Amino acid sequence: MKQPILEITNLRAGVEGKEILKGLNLRISEGEVHAVMGPNGSGKSTLASILAGRDGYTITDGQIVYGGVDLVEMSPEVRAREGVFLAFQYPVEIPGVNTTYFLKAALNEVRKHNGLSELDAMEFLTLVKEKMKILHLPEDFLKRPVNAGFSGGEKKRNEIFQMAVLDPKLAILDETDSGLDIDALKVVSAGVNKLKRADNAQLVITHYQRLLDYIVPDFVHVLSNGRIVRSGGKELALELEERGYDWIVKEDLQTA
Amino acid sequence: MTSIQSKPTPAVADPMVREFERRAGQTPTTEPSWVLPLRRAGFNRFSETGYPTIRDEDWRFTNIAPVAKLPFQTASLPGAESVTAEQIDTATFGTLPGPRLVFVNGYFSAALSRPSDPTAKSTIGNLAAHLEGNASVIQPLLTPSQHILDDPFACLNTAFFQDGAFIHVPAGAELKDPIHLVFIATNEAKGASIHTRNLIIAEAGSRFTVIESCISFGAQAYVANSCSNFVVREGASLEHVKFQDESPDAFHLANLHSDLGAASQYTSHSFALGGLISRNTIRSKLNGPGLECIFNGLYVTRRNQVADHHMVINHNEPNCASHEYFNGILDDESKGVFHGRILVQPEAQKTDAKQTNKNILLSNSATVDSKPQLEIYADDVKCTHGATVGQLNEESIFYLRSRGIGKETARRMLIHSFAGEITERVQCTPVREEIDRIVWNRLEESPSLSEKLATASNGTPTPEA
Repeated sequence: MKQPILEITNLRAGVEGKEILKGLNLRISEGEVHAVMGPNGSGKSTLASILAGRDGYTITDGQIVYGGVDLVEMSPEVRAREGVFLAFQYPVEIPGVNTTYFLKAALNEVRKHNGLSELDAMEFLTLVKEKMKILHLPEDFLKRPVNAGFSGGEKKRNEIFQMAVLDPKLAILDETDSGLDIDALKVVSAGVNKLKRADNAQLVITHYQRLLDYIVPDFVHVLSNGRIVRSGGKELALELEERGYDWIVKEDLQTA
Repeated sequence: MTSIQSKPTPAVADPMVREFERRAGQTPTTEPSWVLPLRRAGFNRFSETGYPTIRDEDWRFTNIAPVAKLPFQTASLPGAESVTAEQIDTATFGTLPGPRLVFVNGYFSAALSRPSDPTAKSTIGNLAAHLEGNASVIQPLLTPSQHILDDPFACLNTAFFQDGAFIHVPAGAELKDPIHLVFIATNEAKGASIHTRNLIIAEAGSRFTVIESCISFGAQAYVANSCSNFVVREGASLEHVKFQDESPDAFHLANLHSDLGAASQYTSHSFALGGLISRNTIRSKLNGPGLECIFNGLYVTRRNQVADHHMVINHNEPNCASHEYFNGILDDESKGVFHGRILVQPEAQKTDAKQTNKNILLSNSATVDSKPQLEIYADDVKCTHGATVGQLNEESIFYLRSRGIGKETARRMLIHSFAGEITERVQCTPVREEIDRIVWNRLEESPSLSEKLATASNGTPTPEA
């Protein structure tokens, strides 16, 4: 029996008094790739933000259990150290802090938290060089300030590169495909696929089916109006591509 | 131009008049005869204006009344033993190779200085010693320009300057090592004013770096009033790094005037860490086409310090680029002032001008007055400006935290990053590394770096411009 990694039960949450998630249920186990799809405003990014611990959201009901413990109680940094990783839809530029310094600090925090020794400069460099190859990143990348002046595609590759270095248990990819041309999409997707293992999981949040041609999900969920209104296999994504979201939203309203 | 006969107004205190006349009447004079009329022109102009007040537009945000209240007294020649060579070696940039000119309380110290290679064609020495021999170069530069006449402290400097650096690098010369100018105030300067005048001339196609450190041994109130002229001729490249870390009770007033020629490159950095009140009055004339200049500044203040940068960039010719980047990190009750005016004349088509001033307040009592301005009379230009004042960007903090980095470390990293945006522009590597280290340590000394920020609630920078 596969161990569950994330169990969301009847989650109700919102921002500034406005309820966005209205009783969401989701269960992700080891080795699984889940896709959450949905129209704009359905609550996809809210879900990603709440899982990563972004400020400003209020949870009014339900629970989020990660690895058997309450995720909501953890600060964003503890979540990260416990293996939750969010690939940002809009990665932040941090001029003046070079990528090596940033990533080494992050990795060593994660390692310390998990009772592992900190890596020295040489060990770190060996590790990151190997991971850089997965994302086809240039040599000077490590010296550059984090995301500063990067193109949209470089920023997304950097997100997946960080994921490769930090090796999370649960990776949440928030609209990773947005702003990518087809070549960049292939590189990023191939990177994500290489990081898939039997003991970790990926939650892919996307508006479009396109990404799922490259990152093939085991389960597809449709999020509408703050709830998961339909779940199925990867064929559900193809059906959405063909028919759009309207029919599901309508059926949902009829049954509601 | 002011008449030599004009009578000093009551704006000028008697001791200053007496001191000026005493010096003017000294015989035998140690200076060539052409110097005194220039001094008098500066003095007369100051006599008309007196010290600026906050009613003057250029001084609205910086009240220098404490300077005006000090009884006027010029610094006297320090004792030979007041500063040792070892102190200089261990002070900021003390390990830099290359020529070094040391001024103690405004007086040149040959013993503490290190001469340049005697076979080099460049002149690197103290101004007083060159007034006679280099009159044809120096006299036009010492003749009060409009920029000098417009600034009371520059006038005062013209009237009372003691000495300073005279650097004249001939056409095509490239100096490997930076030239280090050290201005030190000692305890003996207490209550007195120090007037230094620097002339730096880069002839066509020359290339070099000047590092200026303004420091003090001992903490006390004094007035350091310096005035520097940079002449960068066609195709020359000059980098000037000014590092000011004076006594927390000192008043630091500086005029930095540059006159830039065609296709030249001029980079000016101002690091303002010390002084009770520090003011840099920056005036630049872009007088040839196709040149590039960068004005870069970082002020890090605490307690009741005030750091003021007041800048006017004149684009007089086409195809020039001027970029100004000023960041401030302000703690306690301290205050930052930034005024940046870019003036693009009708002839200056294809101007590329960019100006930003960003500030981080580490305390709720710190303040910033920021005033970026564009004044454009040409129609084909690319000009942008902007200013922000605020706490750290919450989204950046969240980004770092989402990678496992703790809140405190994230905040600290972002503050260092904010300073790093400015320090990383220094091209001279050993200097950049030393400034990085000093700024890093200075920031780490601040208890606010973690504590106060942790409780700060307002996370969004407020656009001001």
